[in-house]
Amino acid sequence: MNSAPQEAVFYILSAAIVIFSVMTVTTRRILRSATYLLFVLFATAGLYFQLNYSFLGAVQLVIYAGGIIILYVFSILLTTTDKDKVARLKNSKILAGVLTVLAGAALCVFITITHNFGPTRYVGDEVPMKVIGTALMGTEKYQYLLPFEAISLLLLACIIGGIIIARKR
Amino acid sequence: MFDFGVVTQWIDELLRSFLPGTAATLVELVLIGLCLLVGYAVIALILIYAERKVCAFFQCRIGPNRVGPYGTIQSIADMLKMLTKEIIEINHVDRFLFNLAPFMVIIASVLAFGCLPFAKGLHVIDFNVGIFFLIAVSSIGIVGILLAGWASNNKYSLIGAMRSGAQMISYELSIGLSILTLVVFSGTMQLSEIVEQQAAGWFIFRGHIPAFIAFVIYVIAGTAETNRGPFDLPEADSELTAGYHTEYSGMHFGFFYLAEYLNMFVVAGVATTLFLGGWMPLHIPGWEGFNQVMDYIPSLIWFAGKCAVVIFIIMWFKWTFPRLRIDQLLHLEWKYLLPINLCNLLLMVIVVVFKLHF
Repeated sequence: MNSAPQEAVFYILSAAIVIFSVMTVTTRRILRSATYLLFVLFATAGLYFQLNYSFLGAVQLVIYAGGIIILYVFSILLTTTDKDKVARLKNSKILAGVLTVLAGAALCVFITITHNFGPTRYVGDEVPMKVIGTALMGTEKYQYLLPFEAISLLLLACIIGGIIIARKR
Repeated sequence: MFDFGVVTQWIDELLRSFLPGTAATLVELVLIGLCLLVGYAVIALILIYAERKVCAFFQCRIGPNRVGPYGTIQSIADMLKMLTKEIIEINHVDRFLFNLAPFMVIIASVLAFGCLPFAKGLHVIDFNVGIFFLIAVSSIGIVGILLAGWASNNKYSLIGAMRSGAQMISYELSIGLSILTLVVFSGTMQLSEIVEQQAAGWFIFRGHIPAFIAFVIYVIAGTAETNRGPFDLPEADSELTAGYHTEYSGMHFGFFYLAEYLNMFVVAGVATTLFLGGWMPLHIPGWEGFNQVMDYIPSLIWFAGKCAVVIFIIMWFKWTFPRLRIDQLLHLEWKYLLPINLCNLLLMVIVVVFKLHF
């Protein structure tokens, strides 16, 4: 496919990410906020699919859309007692928020301008699943997913242990 | 065997002959989308009719028999009724989420439907992570159900949605693991490749014991995943009126209804593709004449026939077994299916490593 439609899709996805990110933090209902966050994650998955890296796109969908957002929604359903909207912010808090945003934006712009980006588009076919699989389970340089997963198992054990200790009366 | 790729290629060349490349691609996207939606609707109508007839025969009734010969036009009449019904706006609900929820459910279902290889050359999305992508998009539907339950501002809907969420998340584990068992066996996640590999024999025969266990677990978990009986607690009519879609009316309710039936078809389609050879005819190694005869049956009919068998088994389930309680349902998943599934995965790895398969 030539580049004009690719770029059009890229701009649509980026616009969706920006708009829904802003809406996530500005809406005053918590469940709507989770829904907008879901849209942001969908659009990010769309970017991965556009880069022809369908594995990462599918992982994004299954982990974030299918896992994390559902966890969020579940915890909102279980914990929120009143469905009232969040109260309006005080002026001092708004000021502090604006300052933080400006500082964050300045940092991001600085990094974006000074960073030397690689090629803008991945050329070539989809990465074969076997390559991804061996890279994930490998022990060579830059292949550190296996120890990472082992650590996450340790974390899970800690969480379960914490629950058991907390429940003991 | 007839290859549908010939037809799609002809359409592609025809469009490219008088349109520039981008426009042709766009037109093709719209055409494929239309074909998928029409297929989706038609299959839903057939399934609703089949469900009513099967249910009636299980209960010694005749079922729909007034509208058209043998009641065949009944579900079309019902569809028209549904389309013309008013969509009621309810007070005190979060209107945006309330209207969004049915679309989330139906989009997840259509995306999963689009991944299936229907016949030789008739395959819309063929990523090299095909089956993983299918699981990923079908998990979006849970969010839709949870949002529907919450946005309805009704305690029955909320309980229904919570049950549904807990049930679908739990059974997704079983579905994922039983699919993983077959991915270990085939060595690929690409659906077209999985089907091609079954030319020498369907995986349920070639993978013998572990493949069969995986098939049984897949069908059970798939039934639970689609919220159908005996696992239909989220919409238990007797306790929760209709669960998460109590407050929905008109076509919004129709979307939930369609998605439920089509999810059943997707479950059956995945079971067909992974275990029963997809559109691949029944081949027995060594029986050349028999294989030749089987090749004369079109691939679309093979796929539809196998799906119909699996769908019939799922319906048989629903009208035979009594409903479970919610705690029994979760016990079944976490205490029985999940450990069995993990052991089965290990068994499959042993079978593959020592080449004990056919």
